[in-house]
Amino acid sequence: MSRLAVPKTYKLFIGGKFPRSESGRVYEVNSVAGEFVANAAQGSRKDMRDAVVAARTAQPGWSGATAYNRGQVLYRIAEVLEGRKAQFVEEIMLVEGSSAKEAAAQVDAAIDTWIWYAGWADKYTQVAGQANPVSGPYFNLSVPEPTGVVGAIAPQSSGSLLGLVATIAPILVSGNTVVVVPREDAPLTAISFAEVMATSDVPGGVVNVITGSPAELAPWMASHADINALDLAGAGNLDWASLQIAAAETLMRTLAPVEGIPASSLNRITAFTEVKSVWHTKSLI
Amino acid sequence: MSFMDYAPAPESTGILNLNEHYGLFINGKFVAGRGENFTSISPATEAPIATFSTTTEADVDVAVRAARSAYDSVWSKMSGADRGKYLFRIARLIQERSRELAVAETLDNGKPIKETRDVDIPLVAAWFFYYAGWADKLDFAGLGANPKSLGVAAQVIPWNFPLLMLAWKIAPALAAGNTVVLKPAETTPLTAMLFAEICQQADLPAGVVNIITGAGETGKSLVNHTDINKIAFTGSTAVGREIARAVAGTNTKLTLELGGKGANIVFDDAALDQAVEGIVSGIFFNQGHVCCAGSRLLVQENIHDEVMDRLKTRLSTLRLGDPLDKNTDIGAINSREQLDRITALAAQGESEGGERWSPVCDIPAKGFWFAPTVFTGVSPSNTIAREEIFGPVLSVMTFRTPAEAITKANNTPYGLSAGIWSEKGSRVLAVADKLRAGVIWANTFNKFDPASPFGGYKESGYGREGGLSGLAAYLEGGAA
Repeated sequence: MSRLAVPKTYKLFIGGKFPRSESGRVYEVNSVAGEFVANAAQGSRKDMRDAVVAARTAQPGWSGATAYNRGQVLYRIAEVLEGRKAQFVEEIMLVEGSSAKEAAAQVDAAIDTWIWYAGWADKYTQVAGQANPVSGPYFNLSVPEPTGVVGAIAPQSSGSLLGLVATIAPILVSGNTVVVVPREDAPLTAISFAEVMATSDVPGGVVNVITGSPAELAPWMASHADINALDLAGAGNLDWASLQIAAAETLMRTLAPVEGIPASSLNRITAFTEVKSVWHTKSLI
Repeated sequence: MSFMDYAPAPESTGILNLNEHYGLFINGKFVAGRGENFTSISPATEAPIATFSTTTEADVDVAVRAARSAYDSVWSKMSGADRGKYLFRIARLIQERSRELAVAETLDNGKPIKETRDVDIPLVAAWFFYYAGWADKLDFAGLGANPKSLGVAAQVIPWNFPLLMLAWKIAPALAAGNTVVLKPAETTPLTAMLFAEICQQADLPAGVVNIITGAGETGKSLVNHTDINKIAFTGSTAVGREIARAVAGTNTKLTLELGGKGANIVFDDAALDQAVEGIVSGIFFNQGHVCCAGSRLLVQENIHDEVMDRLKTRLSTLRLGDPLDKNTDIGAINSREQLDRITALAAQGESEGGERWSPVCDIPAKGFWFAPTVFTGVSPSNTIAREEIFGPVLSVMTFRTPAEAITKANNTPYGLSAGIWSEKGSRVLAVADKLRAGVIWANTFNKFDPASPFGGYKESGYGREGGLSGLAAYLEGGAA
């Protein structure tokens, strides 16, 4: 007699913990063939608000960590992900209908993307910052800093793991914390990835994952006064102009939707930073 | 006049050769606008200076078409070296006509001649010089080889630094290869029109710079025009929000320089006389009509009284009056509308419990004036501690620890500027790290330079002007 399998309950990831949605709602995640795979938590406005509180609480610690330390933590995620490759391949094949080869390629690309961004943590300020030769006895530096808490919609029709990683990695590099809505119809990899983060030295609250409907959750994000920036990477099929209109109320920074997976770039890091110019007098000697 | 007073030393307006009327500057020529004429007055005397055309929506369209045509046929095809040469020409012409521009600016804006002469106009020339040199070096802007310009930029500027804001907008836009349509503020269009003459003198190709005058409606027509690739706006947060809504769902790039409520933090180990000078320049420079003004003074509790005594002594020596007088420290408020706003907010400061103080000073009979004003005993929830006043009104609060200073400084939806006064370098750097503002001045205040990026966090806007960031804002692949 074969062993009876133990299915996993997929929950949200908020503040380093795995709560169910406060709304008590779940939705069915099905295979490409239409067979039931699992229930996922249907995140609500209150879950979103809790996640923003967790992200805000975690933000000073994460941005206050040394760049070297942030780089190591991000690299650690790639290490742990590498060791759990099989689980992600299985989930991707099951829900996205990918072949084993395609699924493995997606996981590899996600790991490599993560490593590429991890290495930027202690370099992006050198590339994007400047020493400014002002006309006067002043020491003057311009340095990019994290903008704060970022809300993000991960790609909704490309690889669920790679899309999530390519969205949140550049946000995290500089010290932002993030609340992300993963691909609605393939949310399992996002929650499994949250388990990777929970065991990779990522402080609780740095990444928060709210599964559910982007159409329902994105407007709450765009109008949340404690979110500093909004990454609309996967919002191409939403009414994203309305989201930008809502975001304008607090001059929230927004990054427009992209086709497919966001390409790895320094621009995606600096899009979620603020340049601070500091002047300091030099004494006359 | 006592022996301590200075004799009047007014700068002559004889250097000016103004027209009675200025049309719109479109496609290299001054043309009549289709809207009604309006008059710009001197806020110090309320005397009319000249009349200007109001730009209608149809005129805006003509200006944008001129900019598009100049972009397509001339400016985007010209070598960077040649674009740079035009900008160098403009910088030199500004230097040559600097006294005239300073007098015109003081006349139209009301700010003291010593500021326009020593700060505004020299910075205008410096801005064009700095960006002129970038025009043939765009490959080094960090955006890869041969970065592309955006196209036509719509630029709307405020009245507090009229010609300087024009320079901040036009110099990087042209260096990067864009053409522009710029609208100066309704109350201060004069120097923009003198700049249009300078463009003619520099033989700048027609349509590369277009300047259109008018009120808010004109600005609205401009930023809502469908053939614009970039909008750069400096002004109020309320209008900034409207523009951000207007470009939602489009590819138009946007730079917003909006309001501020800057904290100027004085620690007990600061060099106090220098700090007092910094407090004065922080809030009384340009009558406080400065978006990055240090309008909230956070002074460490144990030195509060001493700092207030020294500050009041210093303020009592400031001279308020004729802006054209070379001895004047405090000029006129730019408009009656702004004076009314400052007056109302100051009254609210009093009614909410702040203790109001101003030095004894004679207010001229004509024009718009507001004496330097200090409120002590202000609490963080008071209106004058939260809202941008944009006038010579300082709100003073205290703190005990660096952590409290940082919390209070950041307790605002704005995030444009902050000042730190301390002789302890390690403390200055630690506090600078924690302040959520785009420009931090340590042991100085209100310093500007074309090489140094300027712009806000949070509701003070986004994008940077000045420096390499300010150039990238007009190139494909650059932020904002």
